[in-house]
Amino acid sequence: MRDVAVIGVGLTKFGELWDKSFRQLIAEAGSKAILDAKIEGKDIDALYVGSMSSGRFVDQEHIGALVAEVSGFSQLHIPATRVEGACASGGLAVREGYLSIASGINDIVVVGGIEKMNDVGGSEATEILATASDQEWEAFFGATFPGIYAMIATRHMHEYGTTKEQLAQVAVKNHANGAFNPYAHYQSPISLESVLKATTVAYPLGLLDCSPVSDGAASLVLCATEKATKYTDKPVKIIGSGQASDTLALHGRRDICTLDATVYAAKMAYKQANLTPKDIDFAEVHDCFTIAEICAIEDLGFVEKGKGGKAIDNKITTLDGSLPVNTSGGLKAKGHPVGATGVAQIVELTMQLRGEAGKRQVQDAKIGLAHNVGGSGATCVIHIMEAM
Amino acid sequence: MPLVGFTMEQIGIVSYGAHIPRYRIKAEVIAAIWGKDGQAISRGLGIFEKSVPSVDQDTATISVEAIRAALKRCTLNPTDIGAIYVGSESHPYAVKPTGTIVGEAIGATPDLMVADYEFACKAGTAAIQTCLGFVKAGMIDYGVAIGADTSQAAPGDALEYSASAGGAAFIIGKTNVIATINHTLSYTTDTPDFWRRAEMKYPSHGGRFTGEPAYFKHITNCATNLMTKAGTKPQDYTYAIFHQPNGKFPVNVAKKLGFTMDQIKQGLLVPYIGNTYSGASMIGLASVLDVAKPGDRIFMTSYGSGAGSDGFDMTVTNNITRLARQKAPTIAQLVADKEYVDYGTYAKMTNLLFWE
Repeated sequence: MRDVAVIGVGLTKFGELWDKSFRQLIAEAGSKAILDAKIEGKDIDALYVGSMSSGRFVDQEHIGALVAEVSGFSQLHIPATRVEGACASGGLAVREGYLSIASGINDIVVVGGIEKMNDVGGSEATEILATASDQEWEAFFGATFPGIYAMIATRHMHEYGTTKEQLAQVAVKNHANGAFNPYAHYQSPISLESVLKATTVAYPLGLLDCSPVSDGAASLVLCATEKATKYTDKPVKIIGSGQASDTLALHGRRDICTLDATVYAAKMAYKQANLTPKDIDFAEVHDCFTIAEICAIEDLGFVEKGKGGKAIDNKITTLDGSLPVNTSGGLKAKGHPVGATGVAQIVELTMQLRGEAGKRQVQDAKIGLAHNVGGSGATCVIHIMEAM
Repeated sequence: MPLVGFTMEQIGIVSYGAHIPRYRIKAEVIAAIWGKDGQAISRGLGIFEKSVPSVDQDTATISVEAIRAALKRCTLNPTDIGAIYVGSESHPYAVKPTGTIVGEAIGATPDLMVADYEFACKAGTAAIQTCLGFVKAGMIDYGVAIGADTSQAAPGDALEYSASAGGAAFIIGKTNVIATINHTLSYTTDTPDFWRRAEMKYPSHGGRFTGEPAYFKHITNCATNLMTKAGTKPQDYTYAIFHQPNGKFPVNVAKKLGFTMDQIKQGLLVPYIGNTYSGASMIGLASVLDVAKPGDRIFMTSYGSGAGSDGFDMTVTNNITRLARQKAPTIAQLVADKEYVDYGTYAKMTNLLFWE
């Protein structure tokens, strides 16, 4: 297998982007990444794009070829593929691009992730997102993701004594980080009190425990490491890539407080990188709800199972803690355009490892991990990256 | 590109009147029906209660009450009125004008130009602009612009906490003007944030799309263009009135533009009467005229979904001291004169219980 590096990144601002179309978002993120990598269309061997439900959000399927077209590459006839794995679509697109270079088939691949979610109303967005749950066993009976994650949270509180305050602190921390990210949907800090007092969505999750409905796109240029320095002085290597699956429905799981897909994908990525959780300097984890970040830091092996809440209390995961988590603001504050999320996580890792993260820069960041989940944990994809 | 609009001299408001139905329903009473937290909703929307039209009140009756109040305050005869334009999105008939009912009721017919206007919540201010044009052209001596609504909201919809009833009428002319309209202009785009198709009982809306790209964009641009044209800044105004679909939007847009709470509070009625749609900014203007003194400068920006904003720069004249303002109830009196109803009564009065 060949080593693979990121040589270019691009991001649109995340948020309610009423004046930008699906195509404009793709074109903006893609062209930024291509300019950053200083490559041309003819250098690109393949395109991969992650999107969860462009068909239902903006009535547009077949977006692989569309990405090539809006990037101005239709005459180059570049192979273009759309990848779907619910909210992990972006991370999966990264992995597909990574594998195609590692295998020796491609040298340079552009990966994109996009979702434009605000063209439908709030309740329809919730319904569309619920298509990532088990239709027969969950969605049919009215379950939506806030409800499903609320069940994980109540069980976690029951088993391990995790508190609503600890959940809320995750949102407070991520908003504090988001305040330093000019691409974030929300760039203002929030107080613990406001999170605790927010309207309940599904107990114990209040409105500010939930990631927002966002529009946005992200893009990367991946390159065989041996050729990367031809394009950039600061390539960032992908040293581990892992992916795993589990039951779509929560009730089918061995333990609803553990996302086994995370555990297995992490095992795969750590093994490839020849690292342990202790070696990770910082991480971007899939905090679609505050409880998800607590489960993630446990399932990734950063802390013992059940100690995630305590880790939040002890400020381990804050920007100046021993293991900063979600320096970008996470899904909570940066925003969660679902198909873009997994790609945007790699963008954040790259910016941190290049030392270009501005006020949210993690000092001496050498190794970062990105954790992207689909549904309530049926799909997980993890990447570990290292500065070269 | 020159801004579209007109500069007025000594043309403006001659008299004004308003009407607000006296029934009220509290936001918490509506919230309780739907299993929602009323206090949280009131806090979120900035609305505590809203006016409810009685079974025999509609846009026509509210318009008649408003124009009668305006006529009581001045010395005009109804036959002096050359035009009546009624702006509403709840005209009682789909085909048959409200304006003819109003004109006949006050005795202004038959030498009268009449038409009904619809432009969501800004049809009434569009009627003011029409009257200004006719007066300036010398085609009429006095025109009446009315904005009135008995607005609709589907049961359980977020609009149910705000959609209310009320209206105001302004007599526009060039004699005994109490407030000159120095400048007016509009800012208009095709923005489908809120609509009701023919034959539909309740309106639809684009949720959060009604905020930033709709209300805020149009009001901000209209207000900024108007101040550029008038050569003014927010500090030059004694009062400012903005369309008020809820209690939060007008406060936020005012702050964004550089106006203070002191400037907007006299014209901000939505917390206690809800959103009277075509009546909203015009009732706000009526409330300001209730207390205005000669020399006061007034800024008003309406907003109508679909979408557009009309902006007005006005100066109160000495004539306001001679207007018999006390001959009709003030907005404060209309707001205070109230009787609460329960949800069942509200449902009956607003025809939520209907059959075909």
